[in-house]
Amino acid sequence: MTIVFDTLAKIGFFFVLIMGLVVVLIWMERKGAAFIQDRTGPNRASIGGVRLAGLVHPVADVFKLLFKEDVAPANRHAALYNLAPWLVMTVAMSTYAVIPFGDYLTVAGRRVPLVAADLSVGLLYVLAIASLATYGVVMAGWASNNKFTFLGGIRATSQMISYEISMGLALMGLVLVFSSLRLTDIVAGQGDLIWGFLPKWGVVVQPLGFILFIVAVFAETNRNPFDLPEGESEIVAGFHLEYSSMKFALFFMAEYAHMVIGASLIATFYFGGYQIPWLPRPLIEANAGLILTLKLIGVALISMMIAMLFFRRAQKEKGKFGDARDREPVLGAGLWVLVAGGALAGLVLKPWTIGPVGADMVASLLQVMAFVAKVVFFAWLFIWVRWTLPRFRYDQLMHLGWKVWLPLGLANLVVTALVMAIV
Amino acid sequence: MTSDLVFILLALLTIVPAVWVVFSPNIVHAGFALLFTLFGVAGLYAYMGADFIAVTQMMVYIGGVLVLVLFTVMMTRVPLGKRANYGLDRFVPAGVLSLAVFGLLYKSITSVDWGAGHTEAVPTVAEIGTNFMTNYIFPFEYVSLVLLAAMIGAAILIREEKFSEDEPENGETEVQS
Repeated sequence: MTIVFDTLAKIGFFFVLIMGLVVVLIWMERKGAAFIQDRTGPNRASIGGVRLAGLVHPVADVFKLLFKEDVAPANRHAALYNLAPWLVMTVAMSTYAVIPFGDYLTVAGRRVPLVAADLSVGLLYVLAIASLATYGVVMAGWASNNKFTFLGGIRATSQMISYEISMGLALMGLVLVFSSLRLTDIVAGQGDLIWGFLPKWGVVVQPLGFILFIVAVFAETNRNPFDLPEGESEIVAGFHLEYSSMKFALFFMAEYAHMVIGASLIATFYFGGYQIPWLPRPLIEANAGLILTLKLIGVALISMMIAMLFFRRAQKEKGKFGDARDREPVLGAGLWVLVAGGALAGLVLKPWTIGPVGADMVASLLQVMAFVAKVVFFAWLFIWVRWTLPRFRYDQLMHLGWKVWLPLGLANLVVTALVMAIV
Repeated sequence: MTSDLVFILLALLTIVPAVWVVFSPNIVHAGFALLFTLFGVAGLYAYMGADFIAVTQMMVYIGGVLVLVLFTVMMTRVPLGKRANYGLDRFVPAGVLSLAVFGLLYKSITSVDWGAGHTEAVPTVAEIGTNFMTNYIFPFEYVSLVLLAAMIGAAILIREEKFSEDEPENGETEVQS
């Protein structure tokens, strides 16, 4: 019974992580795009005059999409048309079953591994699920009964098939290095050091494989510069053109869920997953008290600095707008002061005298936080690339996939095999 | 008890869409139904503890073969709103043939001793890999040779026929080289 409960808890963790990150990513995408294009970005939605720098917008979006009329084409294939958004979302979420987000957590004397399903063929499972992602898109494109959506579906299919191969080849090099298909083994192997100082991360031992993989992941998630299935300038909006209200929202959320998963895969395979470089788990557990104390002080200092920035802005822009907006910097400063106060209040509990049970929890928590931080960074990379690079032409995409990436992947595999045979 | 339930659910997931594949008049619907059948078969493999084969089934049949099947079916013959119509002249020979195959399969399945028991699931990847590289190296290489031949054949088939049209130009390049 406990295993059922454990698994449900882990699924819950991932559900919260993905859904929370989706909301944050939509905000990050809009604000990031605005930052790159030298604009202010969304800042109009507000709750009682409080705008939170546009963070209210995703909430407003949810309400808008929930209450919008669901307009569907009359000549659709109803069953497939309704199934497609759910399929896209389900497939996007199910990759997470095999991704380890921490080493283990000791709950009431039991060691609970922090991965929902530790499959011995985890890496192949990731590839298999990635190939499933095509179906929702094709189904949507075909069932909408529209030539633009159909073109989008066809494009998505051929693109995903083309880049799956180089993705698999890039990962095979990684499998040779860590000699396991189990994701927990791959992450555990990345905790070692090469020559005593260099973390044995996938990106260090497989630099070419990393570049191949990250481009293939971009192509698989249908994100710019590979967002040809959407291609709004050529085929209007591609496969989700005929969807509206919550069905469209599912496609939209699935895109961001795919981004979260792509970022998690990059972090897991090439950036050590939950591993903190030069800080293996035994070391964290031995010095948990010190680390926790330093961390609380650090959080307090950083949030005090942010609060001071807000406070200075409040001083400088006093009465600039003449309405509720003037209160925003004061509110921001107050929030960060609260965070700093919380961190300092934590010091009263004497964290440096923490026991072994607490040390274990601190270690698990730090590892999960390291994983989430890496995921957020690579999700930001997705956004950064989208607003920096132009879209590929279709023939360029195919050329890159089949004539450049595939031979490079093969070369990487062969060279890796040779090096592994010699060393 | 729960494992029986899992088996029944997986079997249903395999059989119900399979029936749909056969009887659906719309060939694209049949293709999408086949997706669920193949998924159910992968589930059955996983249920039997063959983790590697289950995932390979998903990767090869769902991720590769079926995508291409759907791709071509959609491109060639998309009966939007229309239904393909097959008469009795096709049903009778197909029925006779299927019944014969079913009889053969039934006979062989019932006459084989399958051995009992649901063994503990153990990782199979390493063993399969070792066997491929040692005991079964010849069949393994032979299959890859067949695949290579198929790939070369496909490449030749899709190549543009330039030689008949640009004969003189071709001759020139030959001289130059």
